[in-house]
Amino acid sequence: MKREKMHSAKTRRFINNSIVHAVLGVLAVIWVFPIVWVILTSFRAEKGSYVSTFLPKSYTIDNYIKLFTDTTILDFPQMFMNTLFIAVCSCILSTFYVLAVSYCLSRLRFKLRKPYMNMAMILGLFPGFMSMIAVYFILKALGMTEGNLIKLALILVYSGGAALGFQIAKGFFDTIPIAVDEAALLDGCTRWQIFTKITLPLSKPIVIYTTLTAFMGPWLDFIFAKVICRANSDQYTIAIGLWKMLEKEYIDNWYTCFAAGAVLISVPIAALFLYMQRYYVDGLSGAVKG
Amino acid sequence: MGIFKKRVNEFPTPWTCAKAIREGGPETKLSMILMGFGNIIHGQIIKGLLYLAVEAAYVVFMIVNGFGFLRMLPSLGSVPQKEIWDEAQQIYVYTKGDQSILILLYGVATVLLTVLMICAWRGALKSAYKAECLAKQGRHVNNFAEDLKSLLHENLQKLLMTPPMFFIGAFTILPLIFMICMAFTNYSKLDGHLMLFDWVGLDNFKALFDSTSILGSTFWSVLGWTLVWAFFATFSNYIFGMIVSLLINRKGTRAKGFWRFCFVLSCAVPMFVSLLIMRTMLQPEGAVNVLLRNLGLIASDASLPFFTDPTWARVTVIIINIWVGVPYTLLQLTGVLQNIPEELYEAARVDGANSIQIFFKITLPYMLYVTTPYLITTFTGNVNNFNVIYLLSGGDPVTDLSSTAGKTDLLVTWLYKLTIDKQYYNIGAVIGILTFVILAAGALITYRNSKSYKEEGGF
Repeated sequence: MKREKMHSAKTRRFINNSIVHAVLGVLAVIWVFPIVWVILTSFRAEKGSYVSTFLPKSYTIDNYIKLFTDTTILDFPQMFMNTLFIAVCSCILSTFYVLAVSYCLSRLRFKLRKPYMNMAMILGLFPGFMSMIAVYFILKALGMTEGNLIKLALILVYSGGAALGFQIAKGFFDTIPIAVDEAALLDGCTRWQIFTKITLPLSKPIVIYTTLTAFMGPWLDFIFAKVICRANSDQYTIAIGLWKMLEKEYIDNWYTCFAAGAVLISVPIAALFLYMQRYYVDGLSGAVKG
Repeated sequence: MGIFKKRVNEFPTPWTCAKAIREGGPETKLSMILMGFGNIIHGQIIKGLLYLAVEAAYVVFMIVNGFGFLRMLPSLGSVPQKEIWDEAQQIYVYTKGDQSILILLYGVATVLLTVLMICAWRGALKSAYKAECLAKQGRHVNNFAEDLKSLLHENLQKLLMTPPMFFIGAFTILPLIFMICMAFTNYSKLDGHLMLFDWVGLDNFKALFDSTSILGSTFWSVLGWTLVWAFFATFSNYIFGMIVSLLINRKGTRAKGFWRFCFVLSCAVPMFVSLLIMRTMLQPEGAVNVLLRNLGLIASDASLPFFTDPTWARVTVIIINIWVGVPYTLLQLTGVLQNIPEELYEAARVDGANSIQIFFKITLPYMLYVTTPYLITTFTGNVNNFNVIYLLSGGDPVTDLSSTAGKTDLLVTWLYKLTIDKQYYNIGAVIGILTFVILAAGALITYRNSKSYKEEGGF
C-alpha cells in the first residue's frame, strides 16, 4: 500500500516534470524563433521583401557585402562611424554625470539632495519626448541642426538627461559600507579622493554597467536621432538607417540587407548585454531589499 | 499626508539671506546692489570680482536683449511676414516678420536666466554676510585658493552636481517649460498659426475635453485605450514573467541555465530591431502568414489581419509586448522570487494547498507587496511606451479618417503624430501635460499607499 503510494507520487512528479519541460520547450521555441528567422533571412539569396516560402531556398553572404559596398543610397559604413563617434562621446559624458550625481546623492548630505531626487522623479513622469520638439527648436536656435554640428547636438541630447537616471548606481554606492569613507576621512583624505580612489575602484561592476548602458543608448535610440537629423542623410545613425531600409521605396532592394544589418549590430549588443545581465538583477533586488 | 508636511531644515546655517538683510553691516547691504562688494572688502577679491562679473554680464544681457525678449513675451510678436514684389530683381522678396516660436523660446530662456540670477544674488548676499560675520569674530576668511580647494572636499557636491544640473536645465527643464507654454497658445498648422501665434489661455484644454468634437472624442478613446494597454501590458508581463521564472526555477527543472539563456537571448537583441522584425513578420504577406498558409491552417490567399483589424491589432500589440517584455521581467523578478521565505511554502503544502492556490495566495501577494515601486515604474513606462506601438503598428489601423489617431495609438504616439506629422503643436503639448497629470496622480496615490514609500520616506 505504502509502496504503491510512493510509486504514484513518483509518476506524478515525472508527469509534472515532463509537462513543465514541454511547456518550456514550446516557449523557448517561440522566443528564439524570430531571431533564428532573421539570421536565416540575412543569408537569403532571393531578393525582395516578401517571399512565398518561409525558409530561404538558397544562401549567400552578398547581403553583408552589399551593406558595406553599396553606399550610394544608404551609406551603412558612414552611419556606423557616426553612431560610433556619438556613442563614444556621449558615453564619456553621461558616465561621468551619472557616477558623480549618484555619489553625491548616496554619500554627501546637502540641502538640494532631496529636492533633486524629487525633481528627478517628477521629470521622469513626463513623456520622454514631449520636450523633443522643443529640444529641436532650441538646437535650431543655437544653429546646431546643420552639418556636422548635428553630431554634437545628438551627443548633448543623449547625455543631457543622463544625470536623472542615477537610481541603479546610487543603490550600488549605498551598499558600500560608510565605515570605509569614515576611515579614509580620518586618514586625511578629501571627499574627492574618496570618490576617485576608494568608491570608484570598489564599484567596478557599476562603472562598467553605467558605461555600457550609456554606450548602447545611441545605437538603440531612433526617435531623437530621427527628429534632429531630419533630411541630413549623411548624419544618420544606424537605427535610422535600418528604419529607412524598411520604408516603401527601399524595402524591395534592402530587405535582406536590413536583416544583415540587424544581425551585425545585434551581435555586439547581445554580447554586451549577456555580459551585463547580472547587474540588472543586482540593481533591482538590491533596491527592493533596501 | 507625509508628502505635504513641512520639512524640517536639516542644514541650519547662521548665514541666511533674511538675516543678512536685517543684521548685515553696510558692506553687506551694499552687496545687495553691487554683488560681491562685501567679499572684496573682506579680502575675498577674486570671489567678489566673479560675483560682480556675473552681475555685470546679466545687466548687459538684459539691456541689450533681455528686456526686449520679455517685452515681446505677452504679445508673442505681431509683425507678419510680407511678400513684396521687387521690380529691379523681378522676384518676390520676403520681409522679416516676427517668429512667435523664437520669441517664446527666448522669453522663457530669459525668465530662466533671471531665476538663476536671483539664486546667484542670494548666494552673493549670503557669502558677503558670512565673510562679514567671520571677520567680525576674528575668524579666518577663506581666500580664493581655499575656496577652490573646498570644492574637492566639503563642497564636493557643488563641483560634481553643477555640470549635470546645467545639462538638465538646458535639455530637460527649459524644453519642458517651453512645451508647457505652447499648450496655452494657438501654435498650430490649423488656421496657419505656424509663424505668428497668440496666447489663448485654456482654449486647447476645452477643445480636448469637449467630447462632441472630433478631437475630443479621439482624445477620450485614445486615453481609454492607453489605460487598457498599460494595465494589460504591465500585468500580462508581470504574471507571465513570474510564471516562467517559477517554471525555470522549480526543483525538478533540468538545464536551468539553458532555458534562461533562450529567453534572455531575445532581449539581448536591440528592441527596435526585434520590433521591426516582428512587424515585418506579421504583415499580410509576412513570414507568419506564409507559414500558416504552408501549414494549411489558412487558405492560400488569405492572411490574418494582424494590423488591419482594430481588435486584432490591439491584441497583437499586447501579445508582442509579452514577447518583448517577459525576458526583462524574468531577469528582474528571479532574484526577488528566490527571496520568498521557504517556510511559507512548506506551511501551505502541509495544509494541503495545491500549486495554483500557492501561487495566488502566497507568491502573488508577496510579490505585489515587495515590487510595488517596480510595478509603478513599469506602468508609467507602458503609458509612455512609444517604441512598441510606433515600431509595431504605427498606431494603425485608422478606421475613422477624420480623426488623427489610429486604433492602437497611445497618448504618446498620438502626441508624436500631432507634433511631428500634423504640426498641431499646441494640442500635442496639452496631451503631454495631461499624460503627466494622469501619471503623477497615479504614482502619488500608489506610492503613498505602498509599504516601500512608508518605510523609505525619501519622497
